[in-house]
Amino acid sequence: MPARIITITSGKGGVGKTTATANLGVALALLGRRVVTVDADIGLRNLDVVMGLENRVVYDIVNVVEGVCRLRQALVKDKRLAELYLLPAAQTRDKSAVSPEDMVQVCEQMRNDYDFVLIDSPAGIEQGFRNAIAPADEVLIITTPEVSAVRDADRIIGLIEAEGKGPAKLIINRIKPEMVKRGDMLDTNDVIEILAIDLIGIVPEDEAIIISTNKGVPVALDDKGQAGLAFRNIAHRLLGEDVPFMTIKDTSGFLGRFARLVRS
Amino acid sequence: MSFWDKLRGRQIPSSREIAKERLQLVLVHDRANISPGLLQTLKDELIAVISRHIEIDREGVEITFTQGKRYNRLVANIPVLGARGSRKTRRT
Repeated sequence: MPARIITITSGKGGVGKTTATANLGVALALLGRRVVTVDADIGLRNLDVVMGLENRVVYDIVNVVEGVCRLRQALVKDKRLAELYLLPAAQTRDKSAVSPEDMVQVCEQMRNDYDFVLIDSPAGIEQGFRNAIAPADEVLIITTPEVSAVRDADRIIGLIEAEGKGPAKLIINRIKPEMVKRGDMLDTNDVIEILAIDLIGIVPEDEAIIISTNKGVPVALDDKGQAGLAFRNIAHRLLGEDVPFMTIKDTSGFLGRFARLVRS
Repeated sequence: MSFWDKLRGRQIPSSREIAKERLQLVLVHDRANISPGLLQTLKDELIAVISRHIEIDREGVEITFTQGKRYNRLVANIPVLGARGSRKTRRT
């Protein structure tokens, strides 16, 4: 079956696009799918460090577009999973080095050799974003339960619809159950009601994300953590499986702290 | 909300409720980026452009802006009389 090309985008920066792309790539590869993650944030390359592959980067997407190397040569093979690859962004160029047509052309070359192409979009709504959504069959919007992130997500959802790439699906990231419980954070239902698109995943705030990024080992590889489980659940849903949404546990209390101690 | 507020039965909205309300309000403006004046201009210009190529019933043109659940929709209902230069008369 030809690959599904899925773009992960958000509008606002810092809400977890790169983390989500890396983890969904890992989770799908764990399920035996052949996956390429594409860093579309040219000039601000980061997917390589989040995946722990920065030392293996030789060529990048701009080299492919400019014909300096073949696509195969630019793909970085993952250390841990046999069927996971990264197509890195260029670090020393800017967005204008690649056009939406170039992106379509590069991604279409991967269509027959892989099951999933996951594109990590840059923040914003300018050319980098246009490049990232041009080849997409499907779009995942990621937001956090904060006013600014939700507003930007709404704008992005509108642009995706206008491009005929909709309906996008929603990931709500960095939910803090203790704040939701005391009425100081929008909950899942609030965000869905406001944005009115289908939910594909909820991911709790998890310190393990920062630790995993420090190490370059995505949390989806870890069997225990809540965020890792949340990303693996999304991967199952992408494959059409009906996985119930997790109840996000409050780990701020005494018992929670104890549970974390035991887990780590 | 403090203990004393609760004791007095005072209803202070939580920051979650404030966030939701503010978002809903700001998104109405973000989404509906079209004023009635702009709609009229749009109608006039659409009629001008389309009549350059096909014959339309100018009186019957309806341009409306509807607010859907997820998106706003610009609906143009333009009765066509026939392509310029063709003798056939169509109405859709």
